[in-house]
Amino acid sequence: MIANYGYKDGSGEYYISINTDKCINCEVNRACLTACPKVMFEPMVDDYEDEVVCIKSAFRRTLAYDCADCKPSAGYSSLPCTTACTPGAIKHSW
Amino acid sequence: MSQVETASAPTLEKKPEFWRWEESCWADPDQDWKSAKAITVGIDVGSVSSQCVVVADGKLYAFNSMRTGSSSPDSAVNAFKGVEKKTGLTLKDVHFVVGTGYGRVNVPFSHKAITEIACHARGANYMGGNAVRTILDMGGQDCKAIHCDEKGKVTNFLMNDKCAAGTGRGMEVISDLMQIPIGELGPRSFDVDKEPEAVSSVCVVFAKSEALGLLKAGYTKNKVIAAYCQAMAERVVSLLERIGVEEGFFITGGIAKNPGVVKRIEKLLGIRAMETKIDSQIAGALGAALFGHTLVQKQGPSKPLVA
Repeated sequence: MIANYGYKDGSGEYYISINTDKCINCEVNRACLTACPKVMFEPMVDDYEDEVVCIKSAFRRTLAYDCADCKPSAGYSSLPCTTACTPGAIKHSW
Repeated sequence: MSQVETASAPTLEKKPEFWRWEESCWADPDQDWKSAKAITVGIDVGSVSSQCVVVADGKLYAFNSMRTGSSSPDSAVNAFKGVEKKTGLTLKDVHFVVGTGYGRVNVPFSHKAITEIACHARGANYMGGNAVRTILDMGGQDCKAIHCDEKGKVTNFLMNDKCAAGTGRGMEVISDLMQIPIGELGPRSFDVDKEPEAVSSVCVVFAKSEALGLLKAGYTKNKVIAAYCQAMAERVVSLLERIGVEEGFFITGGIAKNPGVVKRIEKLLGIRAMETKIDSQIAGALGAALFGHTLVQKQGPSKPLVA
């Protein structure tokens, strides 16, 4: 399943997609949980009883601001979360 | 001592509530719940409406759809009471209860809470059959685009609950502004000579301001409604396009009853929405009750908690 967390508003679309099929048997020991400087990821059991990660609900409506520090404009050449997730389960829409 | 003249209190005229949609309660006259082996209940406490659906042996038996009050637990209880009154079914007769919707964790008598995303997919699969692949849920205060497989299992979803554009609440605002009952908005939106440009599709407050401006500029009410329906359609289509649209397109939620929005969505997507005889607003609660049925089959009945 692809879970898109985020929103669309007048300024653009801000979604973090998590491919839970790649996430269920995580090969990198949930590295995203510690890679994100704002600790936006958390483990959860989804509706189909699979253990996956998701974006904490407190961040789902403010991603444009919360992720800004990890974008190229802040000096990062790659996102810490997507870099840590080597199976490629995490993607940003912007 | 001077006498104080007491003025009689002014009588307040009751203001008509144009946004108020029709609540409904239904039970299948051809079924008898007493002969069912497994009775499961789904309670969907949404931001605007609450539904209770009863499924008997995996088949839709009864439902109650009403407005959500200020208390989620009370709304859940009242939704069930509607069905109780209609059918005579009590909580003691129920084998499993699943809560869903934004108030799902506040259903006092539920055994399990499941997100409305999974429940809408399951409900749409029941209502539209296993050909359903893309679901658009236009809820009271959010909008969801969902992909599912032939069994109704979610494969992709996104949700927008940051603003009211493209939601039922947006339509209620326009209904009140135009002073036209919400059920008439859809049909009236087609009564225009020429399809107008859409108003703002990113914010209900902006859309309301624009609608007022159009009225002052000489637009008829019908033309303004058409412009708003078009804006709603454009808004949700942009969400749908993000996850892609597959054949087997199904719309759930209250807005599915508004042909003014549905026909415009179909035109923008170039695809027709599947039709159903079941109330589109109960999809979430129906899915929850069906999840309950599956759980009863897997693990046996649970003892209901008393509300």
